[in-house]
Amino acid sequence: MTGSQTKVDFSKIDEIITQCGGKKSNLIAILQKVQEVYRYLPEDAMIYIGTKIEGLSPATVFGVATFYAQFSLDPKGKYEVKCCDGTACHVRGSMPVLNAIKARLNLQDGKFTTDDGLFSVETVSCLGACGLAPVVVINEKVYPQMTSDAIKVVLDTILQEENK
Amino acid sequence: MSEDKKTLFIDGKEVAFTDEPNLLEVIRKAGMNVPTFCYRPDLTQFGACRMCVVEVEYPNGRVIVNSSCTMPPEAGVNVKLNTERVRRIRRTVLELLLANHDRECTTCEKSGTCELQKYSEEYGVRNIKYPTLQPEDLKEIDTSNPSIVRDANKCILCGACVRACKEYHGHAVLGFANRGSKTLVQPMNGRKLADVDCVFCGQCKAVCPTGALTLKNDVNAVWEEINNPNKKVVVQVAPSVRVAIGEMFNMPAGENVIGRLYAAMRRIGFDLVFDTNFSADLTIMEEATEFLERLKKGENLPLFTSCCQAWVRYVETQHPEMINHLSTCKSPQGMLSSVIKHIVPKVREGFTEENMVVVSVMPCSAKKAEIKRPQLTVDGKYDTDYVLTTQEFAQMIKSAGLDLNKLEPEEADSPFGQYTGAATIFGASGGVAEAAARTAYYMVTGENLPSDDIEGMRGVDKSAYSKHVELDIKGTKVGVRVVSTLNEAEKAIQEIKNGTANFQLLEVMACPGGCVNGGGQPISCNTPELRKRRAEGLYAEDMRDLQFRRSHDNPDIKKLYDEYLEKPNSHIAHELLHTTYSDLRKGSYKDLK
Repeated sequence: MTGSQTKVDFSKIDEIITQCGGKKSNLIAILQKVQEVYRYLPEDAMIYIGTKIEGLSPATVFGVATFYAQFSLDPKGKYEVKCCDGTACHVRGSMPVLNAIKARLNLQDGKFTTDDGLFSVETVSCLGACGLAPVVVINEKVYPQMTSDAIKVVLDTILQEENK
Repeated sequence: MSEDKKTLFIDGKEVAFTDEPNLLEVIRKAGMNVPTFCYRPDLTQFGACRMCVVEVEYPNGRVIVNSSCTMPPEAGVNVKLNTERVRRIRRTVLELLLANHDRECTTCEKSGTCELQKYSEEYGVRNIKYPTLQPEDLKEIDTSNPSIVRDANKCILCGACVRACKEYHGHAVLGFANRGSKTLVQPMNGRKLADVDCVFCGQCKAVCPTGALTLKNDVNAVWEEINNPNKKVVVQVAPSVRVAIGEMFNMPAGENVIGRLYAAMRRIGFDLVFDTNFSADLTIMEEATEFLERLKKGENLPLFTSCCQAWVRYVETQHPEMINHLSTCKSPQGMLSSVIKHIVPKVREGFTEENMVVVSVMPCSAKKAEIKRPQLTVDGKYDTDYVLTTQEFAQMIKSAGLDLNKLEPEEADSPFGQYTGAATIFGASGGVAEAAARTAYYMVTGENLPSDDIEGMRGVDKSAYSKHVELDIKGTKVGVRVVSTLNEAEKAIQEIKNGTANFQLLEVMACPGGCVNGGGQPISCNTPELRKRRAEGLYAEDMRDLQFRRSHDNPDIKKLYDEYLEKPNSHIAHELLHTTYSDLRKGSYKDLK
């Protein structure tokens, strides 16, 4: 794993476990909630969950966390940029949009979180908004019919907000 | 055709079946076979490897191809094991597996017993039509663990180790990670096997069909010691080795070859040949005394047996608050090594503490870790210098050009050669408790048990992972719980914690069925009958062959106490035969900051 790990507040995780039901069948919901808090799954949190819940082990939790693309083992950015690359978005030009995002945020090959931790970028397979293709979602907000120029404006606006 | 007697056809031959869990079992019971990698009768069915595919033809003419390990048997179907279609599928599976496999077979620890190698040979795979693994793709081999070596380049992702670790151990340290072509079997977050709470039981290795999980091999190091003229090499051999090692020389499981084993040891060049069974008797003397002492005082009950290193480590890492329940007795291996190093120089000329090397032949992988326990070293020197598994020792016999079949039986050396039936049954789950019961009863009442056979403690198959027996020691009721697998041990621990435990003695063996099925034994994961035969071999020796059946009757044990140890649990006995445990939770990977 890259980057430094966040310090985990285990009482918070206990709370999440209780809230979700505390059974091993609730694991995905628990991991989603933990990821909401930390924006990724810290290793200590996975070990803690695997030790705490009956029938699980840290290795099993890690297996689930690495199986699903929705979970991240690296800290995600404050702004999570999801660039849709489903069939519709792809044919309507999602790749140039993704490349524009990477260029604007200066993300080289293989990296998906900016050094300042502000942005993380990922492609997703379909956001279910094919009529608006190509679509980019930034922290739950949908940006329809993107072009490489339009997305630059969106990112510039966020950056300006942040730099104020 | 009656209701409970159903039949199906295998390649046209009518075969009856009853409650077999799957088609594969029906096929094997009928004396036929289909290849498997992921199927292990004692573990949950997985259906991962697709090697056991067969063609199933229904009476209505419909034909399907399915994996026989996941398919329930159905009356009236015709199962075809070797059609061109299924043979082609199996060959493709083999080729795909081999394409991703480090095929350095000649230097592989598993060579000769590897199932992938065996089936590739049977299916005549000579060319692989897919791009194969390149040297730069090879992943690092994990040798960090004191017992187990993990080589991901030889893993075929059958998941047997993951299931064994989960279903036997409870807290699986191995798991799948990632997805699709990137899938790996590994400990949490790719850690080394030394950096997780592995208990070294070796069951992952015992069920692994390839060389992905193997044990550290000390054969060459032992040969070097034997061939060093300045060293005196002493060997000891554990109870369950004698009824299993013969399998590697084409003898039936359960055949007791102890006399021939002693002979082989002398031919190989060991200077003194002792039997761990002797110290199993010694363990009983100490542990029974300790148990009665605790029973009298009512403290630290239930007493946990401490022979199984995997179990000891489990308590130390998972339940360190309960380490005072563990018997302070060293394992029989530890006891014997300790008395060998202490007493042999006094009674045998030419042997000194400095020039002696102690080798033990064990059914176990955890013993390789046990000898490195800081509590079992004196001035930085290990009591036991090397542990060889049953498999390693068979390899040693073969490389010495010997055939176990052709050797004349010999006797072990004195003073640690004689043993009783109570000691020999240590090798099967329940044996330690039964042996302890025989001696504890005598110590309390001055008489022997009405019958030395405590049937309720015996049994090594899946249905006997947990056994409960209530003993009546002249009015005092003592509950004895006998478990194998740490999953069952955990249940017993939970009973103690929530106050419902109805036993005062807990015997735990980490491997299913006990040492007869240990991680270092000849491969037995496909045939649970093997461990049953081995256990029968031990009980046969106990009931039929040996002069004495109770540890306290062993004349050499009496002599040892008379001449050196005074009495069980004496000061000197404590010094040599007892040990301490530590809280290993601290610093373990689950000890979170």
